[in-house]
Amino acid sequence: MYRFIFKRLLSTIPVLLVVAVLVFSLLRLTPGDPAAIMAGDAANAEQIERIRAGLGLDKPIVAQFGIWLGRVVRGDLGESFYFRIGVAELIRQRLEPSFALATLTILIAVLVSVPLGVLAAWRFGGWFDRALMGFSVMGFSVPVFVLAYLLIWLVSLKLGWLPVQGYRRIADGFMPFIQHLILPAITLSVIYVALIARVTRASVLEALGEDYIRTARAKGLSEMRVLVRHALANAAVPIATVIGIGIAILIGGVVVTESVYAIPGLGRLTVDAVLARDFPTIQGVILFFSFVYVLVNLLIDVSYVFLDPRIRY
Amino acid sequence: MKVLANWSVRIGGAALVLLVLVALAAPWLGTVDPTLFDAASRDLRPGEAGEVTTLEGETIRHFFLMGSDSFGRDIYSRVLYGARVSLVVGISAALVALVFGVLLGLAAGYLRALDGPLMRVMDGVMAIPAILIAIALVALWRASLPTVILAIAIPEIPRVTRLVRALALSIREEPYVEAAVALGTPPARIMFAHILPNCVAPLLVQATYTCAFAILLEAILSFLGVGLPPDIPTWGNIMAEGRVQFVAYPHNVFFPGVFLAVTVLAVNILGDGLRDTLDPKMAKRV
Repeated sequence: MYRFIFKRLLSTIPVLLVVAVLVFSLLRLTPGDPAAIMAGDAANAEQIERIRAGLGLDKPIVAQFGIWLGRVVRGDLGESFYFRIGVAELIRQRLEPSFALATLTILIAVLVSVPLGVLAAWRFGGWFDRALMGFSVMGFSVPVFVLAYLLIWLVSLKLGWLPVQGYRRIADGFMPFIQHLILPAITLSVIYVALIARVTRASVLEALGEDYIRTARAKGLSEMRVLVRHALANAAVPIATVIGIGIAILIGGVVVTESVYAIPGLGRLTVDAVLARDFPTIQGVILFFSFVYVLVNLLIDVSYVFLDPRIRY
Repeated sequence: MKVLANWSVRIGGAALVLLVLVALAAPWLGTVDPTLFDAASRDLRPGEAGEVTTLEGETIRHFFLMGSDSFGRDIYSRVLYGARVSLVVGISAALVALVFGVLLGLAAGYLRALDGPLMRVMDGVMAIPAILIAIALVALWRASLPTVILAIAIPEIPRVTRLVRALALSIREEPYVEAAVALGTPPARIMFAHILPNCVAPLLVQATYTCAFAILLEAILSFLGVGLPPDIPTWGNIMAEGRVQFVAYPHNVFFPGVFLAVTVLAVNILGDGLRDTLDPKMAKRV
């Protein structure tokens, strides 16, 4: 198994390298002086000169990439000229809200969608199944910011149950933290619920057609135990896979949700950086998000070994 | 036709045809120029009457079906004209992604030497969330209609490429391809005349989903303030301007939001219907 983990770890290197090349060439393939673009619209000649020296722009392009990659690998993502702080430090400061939002979203999504998906598969073709499939198409289609405003209007403005927007650090007390975070997390979890419920339903449905389910029922196991221990357990791998794929949707959703709910996380940082044309930050955030995406999918691949004892590497 | 007998195709298709007609007929549906504003008609509630000043300086009475925004512009007119932008961006982005995806996918699937390097690049692109690619490109190129379309299409190319590659890999083993090779048919002709026609059905399904995603992404970019310039009425832009006053005047956000959600829903339903009828193998997979 360690051999598998090692091999899987190695296989992420080409992907991350391609990501690095893409992020690097983002700037170089654009007409204009990379140093001037990096410095932003408000920079003076001396700043631009300093960046030009730092980027090694007098050297060949391959050498420039080498210099840049060497710094990235050491955790040096450059300096933001807009926020006047190192990009790595900037990302670290903004990490907590985004991490909290993403974690709570996945938690809600899994807790809601897996039981719904199992139930739909169990009553395949019935009204609940059809309703869930209908909801799932809607969940894919209603944009996250439209849903966000709908929920703010209903829950915060009309019912007055929760604050409209903002963020409280978990260190300042758990209740205010969760009160501010629960609505954004519910908003963001809808598309995820649609995605996971669909896959759970399809995988459980497939498992329910297997011989061992008939055996389990024949030996008199309760329907609950048949569904959970036998059908759902055998559907765990595709469910884990779709959670991993969904991380890309989740990151996109974080960017939008944080903007609507005024949460000072990485998503908000991305939008601010783009509006300020702060390229070191844009590059840093893209690298960071892609790294997280690749890492999560690596962990999910490794988790197959635990989810399905039949899988031996 | 089997396709037209499917209710998802009928409902989604009918909703889209209606939307296209509304977008085309926008000038004759009781709208005014969507960029016209009048200080006297600011922040009107839906259904209130007010006045607008035309470019000729003439003031006319106007019925604000969906209310007005904080500049006194007619939301109804802006939403209807916004449909044009959404549809143009959605369809163009899907076409661009399709063209590049088909070329790259055929190359990777048929010219084996290109397969490895091409697909590694595609893996890399897919590891970056689509929204991030799009907003980074828009930030670099500065937003205009062509750059926004291209920025939305690029992150979608790998998905089409993978699909075409997978199809090409299985079709290239078919006897008729083997026969064509034996007859000395040039590779380009095999790719475009023998393999591509057999990819049409799954590609059509994929194009529908890409179109839905592109409409959504355009609205997100505009809403975040990094998309098309604010003087172009798009659903995302109307919502971005309305969000400041959302608590007092929710209609500025709701009307474009509803149009956006219904449009994306219609395209997705159409896609599901097409998938079920044209591509039963794909329907079985999900």
